[in-house]
Amino acid sequence: MAAPKPRVKVPKSASAGEVITIKTLISHKMESGQRKDKDGKVIPREIINKFTCEFNGKPVFSCDVEPAISANPYFEFSAKVMESGTFKFAWVDDNGETYTHEQAIEVK
Amino acid sequence: MLSRKLILTAAAAIAATGMAVSAAWAEPVDEDLVIDGEKKMVTRTKAPEGHPFDEVMSGWLFRTPETRQLEEDSFSNPGMLYVERGEEIWNTVEGEAGKSCASCHGDASKTMAGVGASYPKWDAQAKRPINIELQIDKCRTGAMKAEPYKFDAADQKALTTFIKYQSLGQPMHVDLSQGDLQSWWEKGKDLYYTRTGQLNLSCASCHEENNGQYIRADHLSQGNVNGFPTYRLKQANMVSLHNRFRGCIRDTRASFPAAFSDDLMALEVYVTWRGTGLSIETPAVRQ
Repeated sequence: MAAPKPRVKVPKSASAGEVITIKTLISHKMESGQRKDKDGKVIPREIINKFTCEFNGKPVFSCDVEPAISANPYFEFSAKVMESGTFKFAWVDDNGETYTHEQAIEVK
Repeated sequence: MLSRKLILTAAAAIAATGMAVSAAWAEPVDEDLVIDGEKKMVTRTKAPEGHPFDEVMSGWLFRTPETRQLEEDSFSNPGMLYVERGEEIWNTVEGEAGKSCASCHGDASKTMAGVGASYPKWDAQAKRPINIELQIDKCRTGAMKAEPYKFDAADQKALTTFIKYQSLGQPMHVDLSQGDLQSWWEKGKDLYYTRTGQLNLSCASCHEENNGQYIRADHLSQGNVNGFPTYRLKQANMVSLHNRFRGCIRDTRASFPAAFSDDLMALEVYVTWRGTGLSIETPAVRQ
């Protein structure tokens, strides 16, 4: 699979105080570190180990991700929005990279 | 049918003794598959003439509620990642001729709409059936002057998924009047009913005689192919039809034919016909 690519679904607009559902998905192989290759050598672990979401700089949701999570991890959670702003999402990879995504929401 | 009745009788006997039998069945559900709340799929339809069943059913009906839900929302469907990857490949120039798929075929959402629903077709040049994977290779070696894909290469699966996705919701239909397709259908039918391997099972042993029941921990469906390439949670990846054919035959503990061999192409023609009228669900989500 090509480089990990995040996908995020946030409503474009909401009313103040509304509880919205946020869905996120990232393409990632989530190599657990438990498997061996044909020569019997352990395939090194390479997973997304942390996921965070913040809104206008304030944390909304975060979690550590463990090796047992399957490929292409999917997270769905709720947030209450009081004002317009931007959600920032970040996925931290074992290889040191961080994949980020931003999505704005307008509160009417 | 007789064996089914015997099993039912046995189950009734067990129930009478007070043992739990509720988990013994994996009957198809009576629900509609609507993708993103707007695209209604045909998951049950009247079987074509000469079919052993009255009604053909999509494998979606046989899956757990969680798995069914994944397919109902194109966002949560992990197969959509491969559709997106396929779109990139569609627009990528490869080979000495300096062409991409799009150079000849343009906008896939227009030119490929419905195409995936009518394969396999008759290839008059090669005098054998051709499926999407082989058609892609024909374009690659011909017009693009590029290398054909190795079987089940990640790009082959993604591009096939992307092309078939353009037919989402369209009824699967193979036109048997093309060339010699009818005789390949006959050959595929023979293979479908031929028992193979140490376990001595044919396709029909599971998918015709025992669909709606469990085989160990797995639900048996009618074995329709309208969702292929399919996202299988077990592999956490796209699985091609010929990979699944080979997997099923391997599970009977038989040696299995090569992908795109005459045997498997005949089987693809026949099995596709068995699901006539079901909506293309690519990328379907299964166990």
